[in-house]
Amino acid sequence: MNRWSQPILGVLGAIALWWGATRVFGIRPLFLPAPPDIVAAFRAQPGYLLREAGATLTVTVAGFVLAVVTGLFVAVSLTAWRSLERATLPVLVALNSVPKVAVAPLLVVWLGFGSRPKIVLVLLICVFPIVVATMAGLTSTPAELGELGRSLSATGWQTYLKIRLPWALPQVFTGLKVAVSLAVIGAVVAEISQPGGGLGAVIVLSGMSFDTPLAFAAIVLLALLSTMLFYLVVALERLLVPWSRAISG
Amino acid sequence: MIRLAGVSRTFASRDGDVTALRDLDLDIAEDQFVAVVGRSGCGKSTLLRLMAGLLAPTAGTVTIDGAAVTRPRQDVVLMHQLPALLPWRTALGNVMLPVEIRRLPRAEHQARAAELLDSVGLAGFHQRHPYELSGGMQQRVALCRALIQRPRVLLMDEPFSALDALTREELATQLQAMHMSAPATTVFVTHSIPEAVLLADRVVVLSTRPGRVLRVVDVDLPRPRSFGHNAHVARAAEHIAELHDLLIEN
Repeated sequence: MNRWSQPILGVLGAIALWWGATRVFGIRPLFLPAPPDIVAAFRAQPGYLLREAGATLTVTVAGFVLAVVTGLFVAVSLTAWRSLERATLPVLVALNSVPKVAVAPLLVVWLGFGSRPKIVLVLLICVFPIVVATMAGLTSTPAELGELGRSLSATGWQTYLKIRLPWALPQVFTGLKVAVSLAVIGAVVAEISQPGGGLGAVIVLSGMSFDTPLAFAAIVLLALLSTMLFYLVVALERLLVPWSRAISG
Repeated sequence: MIRLAGVSRTFASRDGDVTALRDLDLDIAEDQFVAVVGRSGCGKSTLLRLMAGLLAPTAGTVTIDGAAVTRPRQDVVLMHQLPALLPWRTALGNVMLPVEIRRLPRAEHQARAAELLDSVGLAGFHQRHPYELSGGMQQRVALCRALIQRPRVLLMDEPFSALDALTREELATQLQAMHMSAPATTVFVTHSIPEAVLLADRVVVLSTRPGRVLRVVDVDLPRPRSFGHNAHVARAAEHIAELHDLLIEN
């Protein structure tokens, strides 16, 4: 048993169970399509589905990258000026508690049709975990490292660049892993509330025409997209902070 | 060189003010090696941080070469009980940190950093990360980082106390050799009386809180000293016994 065989067996087992259930209980594809129905739905129009998946991917990645930049900036600013944190953190928490789904139609009103309101929704939905995780990382600098910086008369900038930010990176990545999954959700929510393109729109349209296998094909693509993005972030983490696993082990 | 005159330091705590040091006087001559011993909580670490310019005295003055210490100085280095290494930097990278922060010429210090690492027995480990090094090796890297700036004053806060007994003796012996070849005024806080007697020209005994100087014991044994058997083992034992009694009675 190598480290790959177990997850692969798990996935194959789940698919087999699903397939078996549709056969044993005679479930109609309208309610729950079997895996071959979904494959058939994909093979009927692969170009269309992949194009829409590409649209969703573009919105997701654009919003996520924007959220990373914004989140890091906000977190660094809030930890650098404690009075700013005290003044704005309650506002941020309150804003974050607003259901983003409710904001989606408003964003269309404010930003018009097209990809801009979708990207902004992705940003809104995934920026908060990045801010929280980065702030936690930036405020967890060990006392002796803080004192090291002070005893070397490091400037504020130097302390951030050479000590506090690198120290925060493992926690930043914890936030990024949460955020990247939320980013896909944000993109789909935006596409459902403003159908026009993307896998979210495919799901809405297939629902209208009772084409459940097509909806499932879109959902499977979304799951693949989300998994792929998650592991991309994991790979980036291993590349940038190889020491994190070594010291927390 | 370092002079503390009437120094007191109190800290605010939930149960009111706590006086860590009260009315402490101490003179340390250039290139002298001074060990500071005392019970836990007698203000030893506070004393070092006052000299490092990381804390200001509540009363009295701390001066180095006649100038009041109001902030960290470039020629004064503090070394911690923990190695305090940056886990994402190699051993060499960690030693170079002060050079980068203080914007000193890089090339010449790079060579010096490599020499320092070699001199403490880390020749094959320049490119290793802290998590690939043992505790003793990490503390050696921290020592090199302290010495890269050629400090005139080296303040050491129980630097070897987290290490096993043998590594500890080994490092103390290495520190003695370094002090003999390139002396710097050193203030060395420790809980170990034999370590203090091995290393120090003078041992300062602090009283329990609030800390004052209870006694200064001069150790005039010839160097290099060692922990093992030697001609001066009897005199060293006398010093150790004297310091032991002072700390126990206190």
